[in-house]
Amino acid sequence: MKTNKLEIMVCMGTGGIAAGGTEVLSAFESAIKKLKIPAKLKKGCSVHKVGCRGLCARDVLVDIIIKEKKSTYQYIKPDMVQRIVDEHIVGNQPVADWLATEDYHNFHEKQVKVVLSDCGNINPESIDAYFAVNGYEAAKKVLTLMSRQDVIEEIKRSGLRGRGGAGFPTGVKWEICGGVKNAQKYIICNADEGDPGAFMDRAIIEGNPHSVIEGMIIGAYAIGAGKGYVYIRAEYPLAVERLRKALEDAGKKNLLGKKILKTGFSFDIKVKLGAGAFVCGEETALIVSIEGQRGMPRAKPPFPVHSGLWGKPTVINNVETLANIPHIIRKGPDWFASFGTEKSRGTKVFALTGKVKNTGLIEVPMGISLKEIIYDIGGGMDKGRDFKAVQTGGPSGGCITADLLDINVDYESLAKVGSIVGSGGMVVLDDTDCMVSIARFFLEFTQVESCGKCVPCRIGTKRLLEILDRITAGKGKEGDIELLEELGKDIKASSLCGLGQTAPNPVLSTIKYFRPEYEAHIRDMKCPAAVCKELIEFTILEELCKGCGACVRACPANAIKGEKKKPHTLSSELCVKCGSCFDVCKFGAVKKE
Amino acid sequence: MEITSNVEKTLNRILKDFSAEEGNIISLLQLIQDEFGYIPESTVGWFSGRLDIPESRFYGIATFYARFYQKERGKNIITACCGTACHVKGADRVINAARIELGLAEGENTTDDMDFTLEQVACVGACSIAPVVIINKKVYGRQTSGRLTREIKALKK
Repeated sequence: MKTNKLEIMVCMGTGGIAAGGTEVLSAFESAIKKLKIPAKLKKGCSVHKVGCRGLCARDVLVDIIIKEKKSTYQYIKPDMVQRIVDEHIVGNQPVADWLATEDYHNFHEKQVKVVLSDCGNINPESIDAYFAVNGYEAAKKVLTLMSRQDVIEEIKRSGLRGRGGAGFPTGVKWEICGGVKNAQKYIICNADEGDPGAFMDRAIIEGNPHSVIEGMIIGAYAIGAGKGYVYIRAEYPLAVERLRKALEDAGKKNLLGKKILKTGFSFDIKVKLGAGAFVCGEETALIVSIEGQRGMPRAKPPFPVHSGLWGKPTVINNVETLANIPHIIRKGPDWFASFGTEKSRGTKVFALTGKVKNTGLIEVPMGISLKEIIYDIGGGMDKGRDFKAVQTGGPSGGCITADLLDINVDYESLAKVGSIVGSGGMVVLDDTDCMVSIARFFLEFTQVESCGKCVPCRIGTKRLLEILDRITAGKGKEGDIELLEELGKDIKASSLCGLGQTAPNPVLSTIKYFRPEYEAHIRDMKCPAAVCKELIEFTILEELCKGCGACVRACPANAIKGEKKKPHTLSSELCVKCGSCFDVCKFGAVKKE
Repeated sequence: MEITSNVEKTLNRILKDFSAEEGNIISLLQLIQDEFGYIPESTVGWFSGRLDIPESRFYGIATFYARFYQKERGKNIITACCGTACHVKGADRVINAARIELGLAEGENTTDDMDFTLEQVACVGACSIAPVVIINKKVYGRQTSGRLTREIKALKK
């Protein structure tokens, strides 16, 4: 692609499309068409979509490359396109006002992109674009030059560990499954990214689906599998669409199917859509779900590598894990192992969200400090508020407080402080977030998603939620905190699968670090962050209200009355405490406490 | 829903696909739902009879997974994301405003005139533009109660 003289790349991941990426792309296409570029030069021009490049908050992001000089525009709308074409492409003078600012570049500076190296640079719907960045070279090398054992050794040496959360060494998993004698084996790509607050796998599949397919081909060869499945969430329609297109294209090029690349190896991949059950991210539940049953985990052993899908040896790898594989084969295990720490090699993709300035998808070397992630890459706290905690690992994880921000982000260090790397969700919280309410939020989720097989998880999470409901409603009792702790420990100890074993973590970790906040809810009936509805009141401060009427229009319950330009009043009887008035008031005249 | 001869034709087609799909009940239910927008009771009865699989097996699966609907849904589907990022950025307020605008009572998801269904999902994975609402498959980022109310009003016309 680099030979092109003019390349326009429009970000069209889910975030880009939501911001109007489709319209921006077609505006560029028609504006370029109008330029009537001579046929001779046309060959060197391309306008195309790319997947997520991380900073979705600035979408629509557009890259324009003229003679290998790249300029990035941010917040582009269709009506801005003509000026960019006129001034930048025709006049060779970039539109300075719309160019991405310094913090956009800071966002990328400390990142190290392995898995995401081509995401946001290539057209995810074109297999030729993937070929142009050495796509499928690794698969070719493996199939024609390497033995199965060679592949396994390379992956083992790289130190790659599963990116789905558990961190099991990928090479070891492959070796065990490869050693099992069975004519029929399976490889499954786990794309059931269920953690709320995480979207790494979605972005990888939307941005570079072929890298995942290539990883699967290599894995299948290494373990001796003839068939693969991608189990993907139905909530990700764009990822599903691009994956299907990629599979079809790969099939046409004989990269899938019978006798791949004229070698003796045959392998095919099928897509299975999830039906909305978080627990199906657990491998034994995922397997029975592919088989068409209720996704309920079973006891291990036997592990799937011995007895998995339809009782056959099965390897299950996460999307990000698989997307790392082609890079390791192409550039060597030592190159990969040069990133990260001794026990956590390589990079990790995180979904950085919440109350930081730059929310988006980031890829960093393992071992980077949390502080660097939040302040250097994330650009610090949004709206100048105070940092309170960062929640990692979603409903299975925990919170990390300000005094621990210097710790390194790797599997062991995060576990030591009671959290986990998990699949990679990182939600930053500020002083307006109530930790009891956050814990309640996660429990509400895990309680609904518990499959119901184990009593401690099914009933225990329900009881935990009831206690948290009570506390956030101002009806907490002395002893509730201790009860939460005891119950949480019991659930962890007596549940079968990862869901139950980790479900109490958000509660236990918030109690550990924010006990006074729990106590304030129970003893003083106060929510210090002013979040819990039952414990707060909204009032309008007469001296600050300008009578602009914004709150009157915003109030869904008609609880605010008042004449224009005169202080308004809020009826506490009608108020539903939705906070809309607080959000829209520009004068700080709505008080919440 | 009544099984008319037209419906039966569709069901026979699904039955054929079902055999091709390794006899997978989840896939079968997905096919039914793609066709009718929900899983009508009568179709479960029809397949149960043809396949000699008890209806309870179908319902066991349909009720286990969140994305199977046993009730007919509205013409416009509003999906509000309740993931962590959306939650901390005020998804509750946005959903609340939509409920009031649509006049939905507690526990109700579809308006009486069948024009709207408001559903909540755990996470749509668009966390960097939270809070997110999907209206008829189109993703809207950075929603506020005001913006969503305006969108709903526009759809009502």
